[in-house]
Amino acid sequence: MIQLRHVSKRFPDGYMALSNVDLTIDTGEMVFVTGHSGAGKSTLLKLIATIERPTSGSITINGHNIAQIKPAALPFLRRKIGFVFQDHKLLFDRTVFENVLLPLQISGFDRNTATSRIRAALDKVGLLSKENVLPITLSGGEQQRLCIARAVVHRPAILIADEPTGNLDSAYARDIMAMFFSFHQVGVTVLIATHDANLLEDNKHRIIALQQGKLQNDQSMA
Amino acid sequence: MIRAWLNQHWYVFTLTIKRLLSTPITNLLSILVMGIAISLPAGIYTLTGNLPTVSGQISISPQISLFLKQRATQDDIDLIRTKLEEDRLVASYQFVSKDQALYQLQLDNGLTEAVHNLAYNPLPDAFVVDTQNVSADIIDQLRTDMQTWPAIEYAQFDSAWAKRLEALTNFGRVLVFVLLTLLSIAIVAVMFNTIRLQILTRQTEIEVSKLIGATDAFIRRPFLYFGALQGFAGGVTAWLIITFALQILNDELRVIAGLYAMNFQLHAIGYEDTISLLLFTTWLGWLGARASVASHLWQIEPR
Repeated sequence: MIQLRHVSKRFPDGYMALSNVDLTIDTGEMVFVTGHSGAGKSTLLKLIATIERPTSGSITINGHNIAQIKPAALPFLRRKIGFVFQDHKLLFDRTVFENVLLPLQISGFDRNTATSRIRAALDKVGLLSKENVLPITLSGGEQQRLCIARAVVHRPAILIADEPTGNLDSAYARDIMAMFFSFHQVGVTVLIATHDANLLEDNKHRIIALQQGKLQNDQSMA
Repeated sequence: MIRAWLNQHWYVFTLTIKRLLSTPITNLLSILVMGIAISLPAGIYTLTGNLPTVSGQISISPQISLFLKQRATQDDIDLIRTKLEEDRLVASYQFVSKDQALYQLQLDNGLTEAVHNLAYNPLPDAFVVDTQNVSADIIDQLRTDMQTWPAIEYAQFDSAWAKRLEALTNFGRVLVFVLLTLLSIAIVAVMFNTIRLQILTRQTEIEVSKLIGATDAFIRRPFLYFGALQGFAGGVTAWLIITFALQILNDELRVIAGLYAMNFQLHAIGYEDTISLLLFTTWLGWLGARASVASHLWQIEPR
């Protein structure tokens, strides 16, 4: 379970990205975060992913207050979370396979276990046939899927995606969303930030709307 | 837990080898520079280690010769024996009786004829004393002391020669120390810069790794391995340079030694010195990398 209590985030330049947000997300829930750009969607996700730290308030994940955790313990917390970055953050000097290998290397998996997990993850996102190519040769949609494979290969309990369908046409976007639904179905808590209205049409899941750093609307559609 | 740790180290080791091989010329040049730099002090060190053997194949520890008076009795000899046994500065000693000395003289110098013509044995009984390896001044003091012992005609210590050798070895030692310090600093500085550039080119990788849960140790490791491995390779290069140089010198020395009817050779770097050399250069590389990582890595914070 993820709990935010009176969470505010002010950046060093004085910009108030989030102010006084209260939010509870249950384990296994699928949640969309919407709002205009600059509404604080990314900041909210980064706070939960422990990439940013709140200026005030508390964020609790499964009972651990991550606002108070020691910096040395942060990496171990981050390993429990899969993050699909808006700008992908792929390593272009490594093959598709090696990109997905990175989280497993960080956790110290042996080569055999790692290989079978990577193949499973690549298979899931439909990139198994391209495991030896460099990411630069992949299309935008494929790069996005590679990023997803890297985010889920270590089987995190929480999957967070920042604008995963940002630059994709609607057919690709539906593909990507189907993947997130399937992760949700096997019990992963999924958080997706998007401003894509198409994605939210006939959506059965909870939608949190942010406006200028404030929680504007929180509707559970189920 | 340990398995995971070993997996990570094995991965980093292979990764570092790959990186070293990915830009072979650059890395080969750095390794060569490091090897040449270290071979200078290490080579001088090896040469000074060879000094005592080269300069006349005598034992390294200094010797005092005690010549007894002609009228010395067996009691006198026994007394001196006891005194030598008790002296802490004496490593070992050997008694050479006058008869033995005469016999040796015949053998060594082909003076059989002359010796036979002697009416009596003019040679004294003598002790050859090997002292502990202490400074020439202390041995000189010991010699003066021995001169006052009963039945001693003359106590001889070639202090001038020993002092000269000592001064030369000391000079060598200081030279080695100064060179080693300066060149070590240079190597650390070069490694510092190499790693700084690597960190800059691997900025995205570091950033992503941090974002998906890499510890600082994980991020540091490839750079430290790189430094240590390149240092090790530099040490191997230095070893090869010295060994090769000694080989060439030995060929020349054999000619010179042949002219003097002597037989001496420069000894190669010993087993222990080789290990020390490799450990030291490995450590230098690691140190440079560690310093660089410490001063540059914190600047890369993911956003």
